[in-house]
Amino acid sequence: MEWYLPLIWAGVIGVAVAMYVVMDGFDLGIGILFPFARNETERDQMMRSIAPFWDGNETWLVLGGAGLFVAFPRAYAVIMPAFYLPVIVMLVALVFRGVAFEFRIVSHSKSGWSWAFVVGSTLAAFAQGVILGGMIQGIKVENGAYAGGPYDWATPFGLLCGLALIAGYGLLGATWLVMKTEGAIAVRARRQSKVFLVAVLVFMAAVSLWTPLAEARIAERWFSLPNFYYLWPVPSVTALVALGCWYGIKKERDAPPFLAAIALFMLGYLGLVISNFPYLVPPTLTVWDTAAAPSSQIFMLVGTLLLLPFVLGYIVLVYWLFRGKVREGESYH
Amino acid sequence: MEFDPVLLARLQFAFTIIFHIIFPSFTIGLSAYIATLGVLWLKSGEERFQLLMRFWVKIFAVSFAMGVVSGIVLSYQFGTNWSRFSVATGNVLGPLLGYEVLTAFFLEATFLGILLFGFSKVPRWLYVLSATVVAIGTMISAFWILAANSWMQTPAGHEWKDGIAYPLDWLRIVFNPSFPYRFAHMLNAAYLTTAFVVIAVGARFLVAERHIAEGRTMLRMGIGLAAILAPLQLVIGDQHGLNTLKHQPIKVAAMEAHWEGSKPADFHIFAWPDEKAGTNRYELSIPKGASLILTHKMNGLFPGLLSVAAKDRPPVTTVFFAFRIMLAVGFFMIGAALLGAFFWWRGSLFETRWYLRAMAHSWWIGFVAVIAGWVVTESGRQPWIVYGVMRTADATSPVPGATIAGTLALFIVAYGIVFSFGIYYMNRLIAKGPDLGPDAVKEKSEPAGISPIASTKDAGQGIV
Repeated sequence: MEWYLPLIWAGVIGVAVAMYVVMDGFDLGIGILFPFARNETERDQMMRSIAPFWDGNETWLVLGGAGLFVAFPRAYAVIMPAFYLPVIVMLVALVFRGVAFEFRIVSHSKSGWSWAFVVGSTLAAFAQGVILGGMIQGIKVENGAYAGGPYDWATPFGLLCGLALIAGYGLLGATWLVMKTEGAIAVRARRQSKVFLVAVLVFMAAVSLWTPLAEARIAERWFSLPNFYYLWPVPSVTALVALGCWYGIKKERDAPPFLAAIALFMLGYLGLVISNFPYLVPPTLTVWDTAAAPSSQIFMLVGTLLLLPFVLGYIVLVYWLFRGKVREGESYH
Repeated sequence: MEFDPVLLARLQFAFTIIFHIIFPSFTIGLSAYIATLGVLWLKSGEERFQLLMRFWVKIFAVSFAMGVVSGIVLSYQFGTNWSRFSVATGNVLGPLLGYEVLTAFFLEATFLGILLFGFSKVPRWLYVLSATVVAIGTMISAFWILAANSWMQTPAGHEWKDGIAYPLDWLRIVFNPSFPYRFAHMLNAAYLTTAFVVIAVGARFLVAERHIAEGRTMLRMGIGLAAILAPLQLVIGDQHGLNTLKHQPIKVAAMEAHWEGSKPADFHIFAWPDEKAGTNRYELSIPKGASLILTHKMNGLFPGLLSVAAKDRPPVTTVFFAFRIMLAVGFFMIGAALLGAFFWWRGSLFETRWYLRAMAHSWWIGFVAVIAGWVVTESGRQPWIVYGVMRTADATSPVPGATIAGTLALFIVAYGIVFSFGIYYMNRLIAKGPDLGPDAVKEKSEPAGISPIASTKDAGQGIV
């Protein structure tokens, strides 16, 4: 039990993080694309396409944080101090973009809070990428506690990952707009999707080359035999999905580009999991080293298994209620 | 300059949590009020209930957004600021927060989408049901977070091994000794706080002679609720105090600035606690008053602050004055609510201008009581983070003081901006009144002779 419980929990948190990245990813992406809209009416339409969902989407971030605290308190207690500044910057950025949804509507001039939405969304995406990059590079741990400095995360690789996530969320946001809007915004979003898709592929290639070169354990994981036989489909499928995404955009299809962008994210995510498993705090602490007491993990697991189907059920309900495209000029409230 | 990381971590957390608590104490109550208006609308079909419901939903949206974003911050600060606390208590507190996310946060966030954007998309019953679900969600959220908080005050149902808490009995962890009192006290406080906001807005419209019908409805509903809940809060508070005396006697001693446990305690209306000398200056007291309140006997004894070493005492001055502020607001609320009920009974409530004016300016009063109450209970818990077991000084993260100071400054600036705009926008929405544009059924109650512009200006003075 003490062996497989942490594995189950790693799976649960993995799913929560994946849900977060995809769902908040597309609505953060809308913020990243905001500056390219022609006017505030277009921005109203863009925001309208995500407004009923963003709060639910962001709740996955709370589940990720709380889940880590529940199931792996020792990892939570190392990761948060290690990324103190990026975490706080991300949170403050999310404060500004979150209130912008409501403030924009009730303020005299919309442009001020539109900018808060742009900067908040972009900065939050960048900070999340920096945290991801720092995790891959490894965290300095002594006696189970963080032992590095306040700026250990500030490396070229961390900054690369920050930019990569901006591009990734931009792709999710652009393909979401292709699916959920019509008119000038949808036309522009199709062009933007192509640009962001190329950028994402470049960043994915860069990370895929950089990590095995810099980290021996990651090179070992991918290129040793027989691992290589099992793992080569991952990059191959990624290439196919990317092609599918491009083709879907070109053929002016509605949903396929967005679905392909999600698949692309999941494959990148899978790649990172393969590179780092079973470490939760690379390169020292595994899921087993940091696990909470089994009775705590069981107590929470029972609740998760009972409640998550309901949660997913009413999330589906809301997405269904607000299905269809947001028309031109359709605004808010 | 030397930075003390413990003090800074506490200041940063105190700032972010005080900012946060303002919004839940409003949204817990307001969501219940919106749901009530919705049910009344469904049952009676009267348009004034629809108008009022949709008016308050707009204000709710602004307040809820600020509550959500400032709440996410807190769920990460446990780790950023209190990593050693997280390791020591994660087994026990983690699942309580996890259940909060799964039972409350998703529920609120998802149905909020319907509440804010679904009016023209879903049937009436589903719309009102969504409002009710949001209200229940906020209540469930309060349940779990207060269970976690109460466990830090009166830990139970666990065992300590090598400085780490392991759960033994989840029922005893959740329903720990102070939890029922704290939960009742906080929930009632949230409803009371909102009742006074609703009263203030109703009174403001009546003073400005706009939206008369809606203003009267709000005033009656608010005063009716407050006249029951304000006196009830005194009873709950008294019971909570007795519970605290049983489990955290030194906190009570600090609340009363009671130093010598061998003598009956006076109730100090005013005093200046001298924490160095271990006594009070400038006392103005009711002899044996505190003994009577806390032991229900004139000569009853309870432990004084001097019974523990100075390093085990909470900051007496802070706790003492915060408690007095909370009490003063509480008695003001009881007086105001009962007075309003009296005018209502005499039939002169809507004509008593001085009362309406006073109430229109009292919208903020409940928030002060909530914040003061939290300062009492959290400062009163010091120097412990888990009462009697783990000290706050042993709970911090390995983060330099300068980093915490920098981010504290960032929070102050960011929250200052967000808070100022939020209050300004909410006030503007209130000043606009329950008039919901083209898709609402209009029922004008504007009396002749008052231009809308002039009256908006007039009403604007009611709140700011």
